[in-house]
Amino acid sequence: MAKLLTVRVIPCLDVRDGRVVKGTRFQNLRDSGDPVELVSRYAEEGADEVTILDVSATLEGRLASLRTIEAVRRAVRLPILVGGGVRAVDDARRLLESGADKVGVNSAAIKCPDLISEISGQFGAQCAVVAVDAKRTPDGWRVLINAGSIQTDVDAIEWAALVQNLGAGEILLTSWDRDGTGEGFDLDLTEAVSSKISLPVIASGGASRPTDFSDAVRAGASAVLAASVFHEGRYTIGEVKRSLRNDGFEVRL
Amino acid sequence: MSRRVSLLPTGVANTRSVIEAFASLGATCDLVTSAEDVYAADFLVLPGVGSFGSGAVAVQALSQPLINRLEAGLPTLGICLGYQLLFESSSESPGANGLAFIPGTLLRFNGDLRVPQMGWNRVEAQGCRVLESGYAYFANSFAAETMPDDWSIARATYGAPFIAGIERGNIVGCQFHPELSGDFGLGVLERWLSC
Repeated sequence: MAKLLTVRVIPCLDVRDGRVVKGTRFQNLRDSGDPVELVSRYAEEGADEVTILDVSATLEGRLASLRTIEAVRRAVRLPILVGGGVRAVDDARRLLESGADKVGVNSAAIKCPDLISEISGQFGAQCAVVAVDAKRTPDGWRVLINAGSIQTDVDAIEWAALVQNLGAGEILLTSWDRDGTGEGFDLDLTEAVSSKISLPVIASGGASRPTDFSDAVRAGASAVLAASVFHEGRYTIGEVKRSLRNDGFEVRL
Repeated sequence: MSRRVSLLPTGVANTRSVIEAFASLGATCDLVTSAEDVYAADFLVLPGVGSFGSGAVAVQALSQPLINRLEAGLPTLGICLGYQLLFESSSESPGANGLAFIPGTLLRFNGDLRVPQMGWNRVEAQGCRVLESGYAYFANSFAAETMPDDWSIARATYGAPFIAGIERGNIVGCQFHPELSGDFGLGVLERWLSC
């Protein structure tokens, strides 16, 4: 498929109680800093977009922290995707009013897929992002919900195809197996989903070295997302983008 | 005195992002609620996230004042869907009526493409004052392919060339999101506020 846009490099802020946290396979969360300080640095480094995932929202039965979104919104002039605890169209509206530009749904959409068509119908497909947390099993990838704590019987690839038909505009595809491990993106998963659908796919989970990002784009990703590698300062976003360009991909520098 | 920007609340927009972008330029925003507000606004913005059909419904009650304002050439900025609503119609929502200030229909990107177009694309402005060439952030599935000759335009290419931005006097339309396009976008907003 033709690649006609620059490759987006997206830092991800997993937030809990107003702080950025990061773990491994969604567990053992440790403090990684202040959201506004981190996002301001990432904007300087050339981030193309920002993702904020409130990792405890669904588990606590509430919507993502609006205060964190407002603070990040004031700090950067970049697109913000927010996920966490979205259960209804009105939740999406509240996120947009707080500074989000795109809304990610996962757990609630698995239970009620119509939520995707409702958000897409009201706010447009470009606003309706489906976050797919996928776990490798002997029978293919299964969708995880509730911050990775519940494994469903839903096949991740079939789910991606279904949500495209329901009006989703983008897939945030996270490999549970690779999350926080630094073992590189799950390229098989990225390739399997990207080739099945015509929506843009954001590859997530496992990035460590700059070459990992190029591998994900070769596998079909339109955008590449990472957290620890940027939070810990192992590579800057600028270094990753220059590496992508050296590998022949167009980036915004 | 701080510059005042008036936003048309379409009910389906990322209004907060637009307000914060203008705030970073030292401008304050209020909301338009009446025909009088449409006429009195120094700077009027039609923001845009949403489907063409839902946006068309939202502006319906104020469509005549909006058209009058546009025909008078008063400073008006349409962003993404807000820009698309200047046209007659869109294949996104057959039967829904835009403001028809500009003739034509928006069409879905076609070809071997990932749709929506989601991300930063290169914009090439020709003979524009407000629009410039550079990278801008897009999030759209539909676009215009042509414009009447009396508009200055910026083009971008996604599969095929499309209209990325338009301007005529103080009226500017952006298919991209200036409020989300970093310093490039702030430059567009600042030059528009210098009308």
